[in-house]
Amino acid sequence: MLRLRDIKAYYQTPGAVVKAVDGVTLDVGENEILGIAGESGCGKSTLLKVLYGSLEPPLKIVAGKVEAELKNERGKPVTLGPREIRKHWWRFISYIPQGSMSVLNPVVRIEQQFLDAVSRKQQFTNKREIHERISSYLKELQLSIEVLNAYPHQLSGGMRQRVLVALGTFLHPEIVLADEPTTALDVVTQKGVLLMLAQAREQMKNSLVIVSHDIGLHYQIAHRIAIMYNGKIVEVGPTERVFEMPLHPYTQMLIQSLPRVGDHKHRQGISGRPPSLIDPPAGCRFAARCPFVMDSCREEMPPLLEIEPDHFVACYLHREPIQPGKGVR
Amino acid sequence: MRFARYLFSRLATYFLVIWIGMTIVFFVPRFLPSDPVTAALGRVMSSGSTMRPEQVQAMRSTLMQLYGLEGTLPEQYVNFMKRAIFAGSFGPSLAFYPTPVNALIAKSLPWTLFLLLTSTVIAWVIGNLIGLLAGYQSDKTYSKLLEGFAVFLYPIPYYILALVLIILFVYVIPIFPVSFSVQGTPLSPEFISRAIFNSVLPALSIIVGASGWWVLSMKALSAGIAEEDYVSFARLKGVGEPTIMGRYVMRNAVLPQITQLALNIGTIFNGALITEILFGYPGLGTLAYTAVVQSDYNLLMGTISIGIIAVATAALVVDLLYPLFDPRIEYR
Amino acid sequence: MVKLNARLKTGGVLLLLFVVVGVILPRFSPYDPRSWNAVPRNLPPSQAHWLGTTSVGQDTFWLLTFAVQNSLFVGVVVAFFATTIGVFAGLVGGFLGSAIDRGLTLLMDVFISVPSLPILILVASLLQGKTSLLTISLVLIIFNWPWPARQVRSIALSMRERDFINTARFSGSGTLSIVVREIFPYVLTWSLANFVNTVLVAIATESGLAVIGLSSVEQATLGTMIYWGLQYQALLAHRWWWIGTPVIAIILLFIALFLASTGFADFSAERRGRKRA
Repeated sequence: MLRLRDIKAYYQTPGAVVKAVDGVTLDVGENEILGIAGESGCGKSTLLKVLYGSLEPPLKIVAGKVEAELKNERGKPVTLGPREIRKHWWRFISYIPQGSMSVLNPVVRIEQQFLDAVSRKQQFTNKREIHERISSYLKELQLSIEVLNAYPHQLSGGMRQRVLVALGTFLHPEIVLADEPTTALDVVTQKGVLLMLAQAREQMKNSLVIVSHDIGLHYQIAHRIAIMYNGKIVEVGPTERVFEMPLHPYTQMLIQSLPRVGDHKHRQGISGRPPSLIDPPAGCRFAARCPFVMDSCREEMPPLLEIEPDHFVACYLHREPIQPGKGVR
Repeated sequence: MRFARYLFSRLATYFLVIWIGMTIVFFVPRFLPSDPVTAALGRVMSSGSTMRPEQVQAMRSTLMQLYGLEGTLPEQYVNFMKRAIFAGSFGPSLAFYPTPVNALIAKSLPWTLFLLLTSTVIAWVIGNLIGLLAGYQSDKTYSKLLEGFAVFLYPIPYYILALVLIILFVYVIPIFPVSFSVQGTPLSPEFISRAIFNSVLPALSIIVGASGWWVLSMKALSAGIAEEDYVSFARLKGVGEPTIMGRYVMRNAVLPQITQLALNIGTIFNGALITEILFGYPGLGTLAYTAVVQSDYNLLMGTISIGIIAVATAALVVDLLYPLFDPRIEYR
Repeated sequence: MVKLNARLKTGGVLLLLFVVVGVILPRFSPYDPRSWNAVPRNLPPSQAHWLGTTSVGQDTFWLLTFAVQNSLFVGVVVAFFATTIGVFAGLVGGFLGSAIDRGLTLLMDVFISVPSLPILILVASLLQGKTSLLTISLVLIIFNWPWPARQVRSIALSMRERDFINTARFSGSGTLSIVVREIFPYVLTWSLANFVNTVLVAIATESGLAVIGLSSVEQATLGTMIYWGLQYQALLAHRWWWIGTPVIAIILLFIALFLASTGFADFSAERRGRKRA
């Protein structure tokens, strides 16, 4: 439903140009959970903004295509560019932001903040109808209706995040984008929010794109996972496959860093830091920290290749698709 | 329960301020090298009348009683406070003897309240609206123009504005009368319309003078709030710009402005007093001026005390209304 | 070369102009501002008298220089003492807390709530024309120290809680060196902005008093110039140069003071931001 083709989205500030998304090709399909993993500053939040079509200056799409495919009122499929997606915000595609602390208006009741998302949509004209709809949806998600009358400061952090999830899904959009939905929450609350997200998606059968630096989260919930590093996608594929057989050295290190029950081995952090997004090097971005680095890695960026069905990687270690049964080269 | 505590401490401050203010009013004359009785006697005697010593003595003690100068200092103080608090009176006016000061104040106070309240509220509302517009899109040209305009007007004192307005609209382009004049029976339509017409220039001086501050501070506040996360998120939700400007930016930016209003009432009152006097507007200001010119001791003390009480009360009301606007303050 | 913002530059230049007019020029005045009938009356501006003459026989231009001088004097004196007392009180209250703080805060609230002008009117009327600029300044100091005090007090309070104070303390720096190094520069810049603002308030209040005749009317200040003009019906007689001069001078002076004070506040905020960056 969403197609990104070699997208380059930069922040153009007077001081420098930050190449947050530097040539990303990605698809978001129907009825799936896509996880985007990567460390802080790799550009995944920007990627989400590009998917959403939220391009405020200084963020600008410099090259590439973003296309959304949805069905119009008559049921015919239409293709929209980023600017047109705007008109369908919240109904077709929604966005659950990071940092529930300051994302809600402190002097307005929760219910009004729900209503504000509806106001320009012509589906409902009756306030009572909307109220009924919101209340019943909250019940489905097992959220107390009293939340609607509350002000944001009266809710706990976990509660606020849940409210945000409800807010982002109550119009049953076909795509939900979530930016770090569990960061800054304690582990128990994290689980609760995650379950709520998964449950909502199950019922609506829509697509969910989750951005998180927490690999464990993706393992629990995502159908497909895309690993992002320094503005580029380095590996993408079905979650189980990627975890069983990570192809990119960076992915391997990320997965190795996950603690496992019963495993007492010493955890290794990855040494070094990602290169600057303002002045990225030619060639593979991970070259400086890669234990398997070769000369060709530094010269030219490896292309994203399909190594096995639906499992892509951008690494010179993998130049050909795997023959089934033969293992990795 | 929290609110009760807040109310209690706020009221305590209120009464304390009034009490100390009136104490200052009481003590200032007694610490200055002035003796109103001698001065008054001097005036009477210099107007050419000759009096026998007993008559002078009698007059002196009458004056002392009228001025509240009998007895020791503590006795005077207690009498003054007792009379003011329990009888609500400041004694008889000396310039308009025997009219009680209270009657004179009762006639003038409504005028001042009318002028001050309407001008302050209008200035606050207009100033904040302009500031909101300017701050919401602070990179646009019109915003910078508005700000520049406010920067130009804000530092100018009200009475200077009053003078400029007088020069322009009384002398150069004679629209308004030179001095305040309203005839007719009070509160008849003709009276009211004449009153409003005559009040335009004084009100304009105060409105233009006061709104400058609101424009500038609201601009800064809204520009800051427009950058907040909840504003960006509202946009992502697809909320329309007018709603964002109103419900998301303004509702938050206006809160400090309410507090500031309570603080500024004293300053606005200061400026309004002089403006009243310049226009001959029949309010407390002109009354106080008359008291000064006529050395009407009691009237002076009365008008000043009432002025202090009025300002303190207005500030109290604004302060108490604040929790209604900010749900984060525990009210219930 | 330090980059000054537009406001600070404009304000600064204008202020400099006023200082020249008020401090340097009066020395060259061929007339004593207090003497009347030194020159022919009611002359419009000309070569001999750049801004004409007044109805009491004074040269308007040279009168203006003394008026600026006296107004500036009142402003600076009041601002200096009010700011000093205010900063001191704010620091003491903010850092020492408890009863001292409560007492000081009460005092501050009182002098902020009680409007200064009525009290000034009271004082001036009782002195019946013997009011000196010094007396007015004294009363103004009493009523204006709370504003900087309040601000400094809240800075002191927030500084007490701020993490970097605790960090510095934990890392062993003495409390005094913390105060000096971290807090003082911050307080200093705010005090300077407050100072300029108080100058504005002081001159405004004194001229307000003067316009209604309650200041020291034999002295030349910007306000008293207006007063005498009004007394002699300059408005009716369309003698704009007499009454217009102090009006325009006040407008310009206040705009200059305002630009300078906010320009400086912006400037120092920027510098602090850049220093930390």
